[in-house]
Amino acid sequence: MHFRMSIQPPPFPATAAPLSPVSVLDGASALAIELSQASVTFGVGANSVPALAQTSLRIPEGAFVALVGPSGCGKSTILRLASGLVRPTTGVVIVGGREVSAKALRIGMAFQNPTMLPWLTIERNIMLPLKIVEPFRSRYARDKKGAFRDKAHALLAQVGLKGFASKFPWQLSGGMLQRANLCRALIHEPRLLLLDEPFGALDQFTREELWAILQDLWLAHRPTVLLVTHDLREAGFLASRICVMSARPGRIIDDSAIDFARPRSIAMTFEPGFVALNQRLRELIVDARSAVPGDH
Amino acid sequence: MADPRLKQRLWSAGLIALFFLGWELFCLVSGMSDLILPRPSQIFATMVQRFPVLWPHILQTLATTMTGFALGVALGVLLGAVIGVSRTAYDTVYPLLIGFSSIPKVAVVPIFVLWFGSGTVPAVLTSLAICFFPIVVNIATGLATTEPEMEDVLKALGASKLDILWNVGLPRTMPFFFASLKVAVTYAFVGTVLAETVASNRGIGNVMMSASSNFNTPLVFAGLFILAGLGVALYVAFSLIEARVTGWATRKNDLLAA
Repeated sequence: MHFRMSIQPPPFPATAAPLSPVSVLDGASALAIELSQASVTFGVGANSVPALAQTSLRIPEGAFVALVGPSGCGKSTILRLASGLVRPTTGVVIVGGREVSAKALRIGMAFQNPTMLPWLTIERNIMLPLKIVEPFRSRYARDKKGAFRDKAHALLAQVGLKGFASKFPWQLSGGMLQRANLCRALIHEPRLLLLDEPFGALDQFTREELWAILQDLWLAHRPTVLLVTHDLREAGFLASRICVMSARPGRIIDDSAIDFARPRSIAMTFEPGFVALNQRLRELIVDARSAVPGDH
Repeated sequence: MADPRLKQRLWSAGLIALFFLGWELFCLVSGMSDLILPRPSQIFATMVQRFPVLWPHILQTLATTMTGFALGVALGVLLGAVIGVSRTAYDTVYPLLIGFSSIPKVAVVPIFVLWFGSGTVPAVLTSLAICFFPIVVNIATGLATTEPEMEDVLKALGASKLDILWNVGLPRTMPFFFASLKVAVTYAFVGTVLAETVASNRGIGNVMMSASSNFNTPLVFAGLFILAGLGVALYVAFSLIEARVTGWATRKNDLLAA
């Protein structure tokens, strides 16, 4: 499918933080996520599995952070910590200025599996968060055929799914479902967007198309994004900052700012500066992998 | 013929007619006594002839079955939802249920009669006891197959357990639920007739019982045919409702216009 990309104004006022990095004025409150010596161990006693070694990570509001590292290193665990789905075994996780719980901060999430509900149209699938999250929830019955639907349609248009609103999920291809998945993660104007390998199951070209879309969406709405990925090009293209993690139990072994000008293009990913970054990240991960004690 | 589905249906109808025709011919040719195996034409004739007498019994059996079935659905959905949502409930209720469902229900009827006297109540209860189990199992299975990612997405939104059950769990169980309804409604008939046969003076089960003690085999068979007809009718009714409600689960793979 040929896809025309265009940046459109956001359909609703973005709850975005200012474009500039963390200002001195708001201090700690401008931190979207703060992990302080947080570690996670699954299970107890002899069967316990350390998933995340003591990790500290500070992510300012509006940042786009990518987490890369060998498989099973605890990348997804950090994501689940930030979403409140997992509690730290030790340490503290502060999200949106409060100790983490799902209600602390409006969170949008997307996984590799788009998990659209087969009995709902794409439009209704995308509107699902509005049915759950306040302040939309109490207006859902009234606005589902008006304002909310318009909102869903505007987002769908932004990701190139104009005209697919009333289709059912099984009528869409994998790439289209993943676009819809992004819409569902964004419709309730989340301040924090958590993405766990959202493009992992897609082919190279669809993936690159979706990178561009995600970049546009981020520039338009400016949520804080935490992206877990295996794809170093993806991390370099999208993120403003890349954290490299060691093998399990993971900890952060490298944390670098990525300063390529935005909006970035796919062509940029073949420029020497980008290739060099890729190379460096790759070596870090190869080292981390070989440092695995014993089996994997 | 233009419509292959119509052709298919005519074929099936023809084969069913052939079955009864074969039965009829077999009885005629072999000179089988109608005390042992009456001919279909005799059975239908008996049915028509005795219809005024049979009608109240048909209503009785139907009402008993539908009451037992409705109660069974309510109980089944409730138990299924509890088992599907709570691990503790699963561990405690499931073994009990499997134990209960392994008991032949004939053995339970006398207990119901002991408690409530003979008549309609034991029949309703037997029908309930026999039909709720497939509903429980299917609801619980449907709830247990919710994708963990979907649950994570909703939990991260701050959704309560009830939100998840209402928006994801229950709609997902609908295909399982309707599949189980079709089975359960036929089971409910079995339960009713069983109890009517053992301990009641009304209903098709009772008619068949007294007919067989009078060696009125055609009437016994007429009762069987009526039961089968009622079962098929209800099965079809629930299939139609199922197709309307859960069409998404049996969709055809339409080609996507790219």
